[in-house]
Amino acid sequence: MKNMKKLFCFALAVVMLLSVMAGCAAKTEQGSSTTQASESTASTETASNESADASDAAATDGEIDIAFIGNTTGDYAQYGIPVRNAVMLYFDQLNAAGGINGKKVVVKEYDDKGDGVEAVNAYNLAKENGITAVIGSVLTGATIGLADATYEDNMPQITASATATGVTVMEDTGEVRTNVFRACFIDPFQGQKMADYAVEKLGAKTAAIFYETGSDYSEGLKNAFVVEAERMGLEIVDTEAFATGDKDFKAQMTNIASKNPDIVFCPIYYGEAGLAIQAARQAGCTATFLGGDGFGSVKDYASAEELEGSVYCSGYAPGTEDVAQFEKDYCETFGVEEVPNMFAPLAYDASMIMAYGLKAAEDAGLEAGTDEYKQAVIDAIKTMDGVKGITGTYSFDSDNNPIKSVAIIELTGGEEVFKEMF
Amino acid sequence: MSLFVSQLFNGLQTGSVYALVALGYSMVYGIILLLNFAHGDIIMVGAYTAFYAMTAFHLHPILSVVLAVVTSTLLGVVIEKVAYTPLRSAPRLSLLITAIGISFLLENGAQLLFGADTKSMDTLVPGNVSFGSVTISYTAILTIIVAVIAMVALTLLVQKTKLGKAMRAVSEDMGAAQLMGISLNKTISFTFAVGSALAGIGSVLYLCAYSQASPTMGSMLGLKAFVAAVLGGIGSIPGAMIGGFAIGLLEALVAAVGLSVWKDAVVFAILIVVLLVKPSGIMGHPVTEKV
Repeated sequence: MKNMKKLFCFALAVVMLLSVMAGCAAKTEQGSSTTQASESTASTETASNESADASDAAATDGEIDIAFIGNTTGDYAQYGIPVRNAVMLYFDQLNAAGGINGKKVVVKEYDDKGDGVEAVNAYNLAKENGITAVIGSVLTGATIGLADATYEDNMPQITASATATGVTVMEDTGEVRTNVFRACFIDPFQGQKMADYAVEKLGAKTAAIFYETGSDYSEGLKNAFVVEAERMGLEIVDTEAFATGDKDFKAQMTNIASKNPDIVFCPIYYGEAGLAIQAARQAGCTATFLGGDGFGSVKDYASAEELEGSVYCSGYAPGTEDVAQFEKDYCETFGVEEVPNMFAPLAYDASMIMAYGLKAAEDAGLEAGTDEYKQAVIDAIKTMDGVKGITGTYSFDSDNNPIKSVAIIELTGGEEVFKEMF
Repeated sequence: MSLFVSQLFNGLQTGSVYALVALGYSMVYGIILLLNFAHGDIIMVGAYTAFYAMTAFHLHPILSVVLAVVTSTLLGVVIEKVAYTPLRSAPRLSLLITAIGISFLLENGAQLLFGADTKSMDTLVPGNVSFGSVTISYTAILTIIVAVIAMVALTLLVQKTKLGKAMRAVSEDMGAAQLMGISLNKTISFTFAVGSALAGIGSVLYLCAYSQASPTMGSMLGLKAFVAAVLGGIGSIPGAMIGGFAIGLLEALVAAVGLSVWKDAVVFAILIVVLLVKPSGIMGHPVTEKV
């Protein structure tokens, strides 16, 4: 009920803002990638504004047209809006610095309301408006719908946030959508990374695993960890599990403690992770605990002494050197206190990757919108090797998932502190 | 071997909490034949009381524990007066439905008051002690000792005091006890008070073990304690203790051999088996229906 009320208030606020902006829409510069200093931009309106003059914009030489498709309204707009803002921010900065080989990049934005059908409709409209690449969508479902459409056209596409395997690989046939990339890592990748980290940085020889059965997230990370551990020669001495909703981990932790492993890998969420670590310490287990991004805010769920030394990986570390400038720019441009979530920096990197592809096609002297141009963009992204973004360095694997560094966060003195990129 | 001993203590620790809660179930059932399904939620209220006393008001842990026990006791008595006393002559089913209603009221009330998220605090009694290769946490030792003391005190109360005698009399035959001059209302209220006080102690021991409080924490705990009470023989005080420890040990054992995912299933399978094979439980007396 409370949420409904909030939603209603939010909707009212958006309507009010809309009416205010409707008044000044005429003053907004048309055709350029406008960055409006508002979190709740009416993107449908912008899209229609831009589509109105798109026909001539597409024809203009010296401009590269791309589309941003994402849910800037609707239930999950809190994900879509930061992504949209970061994309706009990136290309505004790029254009201000001279664009790509002197050409400006025009981002036409379309709202898919988080829906796959809407995303495809938006894409078809964008195609008519002469775009040559797509950034989007934001939610997994809409992104898969969009990917089906872009794959037919071999249109370069990158998503900042959709983590499902099915985005880049068709799940029924296993066929890779060669034109679709993503800037975020998929869940199992974290398991692989943490196994590497345990061996290379922590010098671990033996490991125990504690995971949640029936959870895609937990089992995905666990399986990836097991595979990588075997490859790295990390011996798994014990595997324990719990069923969703269970809180009593004493027996499992006593088993783990008796095997005395160097590390315990816990691909579970913060609440259970806190309980597990408490139970482990009481059972006399002194191993270092490792987790995935589900560990975020675990500091509130166990004491500082119990957590000391535990590490987890995250897609983004707030406040590090690489993202500091982005955070400052984002907050200044959009008038907010802090970057709302990790999707904004990832969207900034997605834009960077797309710009990298576009640059390669431009360097080759191809004409925007042609099939060769699109293929050149895709090839460039596919073969990029350790290109530095703000959330890590990027290369892509055979399934078009990024091979990137993760941020290692360590629990120190009861705080979650960024340790290193790995 | 040392692993087995460690797991034994894990089981005893969990079992202590189950036993304390099961006692409340059993005593109330023994006296007014009511399955008090709100009992688990009294534990939840006790846990929140202790949690806020320690984190928001920074009271001394001992004081917080006392506060939690007092709150649980009062809550138990109030529930009995408001919800159960008016229904004493109503069919037993009405009483059971009321109990479920109270349980929902408490759970949802807690969500309204405290929010639906889990509240977490630092471990109350950190650390452990090693005997050779056997490691036992201080929490486990404390839990087992407190539970045993509470059970001894309860047994003395029921067997040696006048009020205890009254309780036994009422549970034997309500009508006859009343004719002998025993105040029914007073005795029943007292039973609820004692049962709820045990739940209060249980809630604090639960906080020691898991240091988390959530609005629905009482439902699963309550159900398992109910299974313990049935296993021991519902209505029987020593039965509830035995049942509680048995369920706790069984859970630890199941989890220790790697079947932790099946833990709940095993516990509830026990309920089914007991009801099929020996419905009166380990310590219960089979009741012969009089015609």
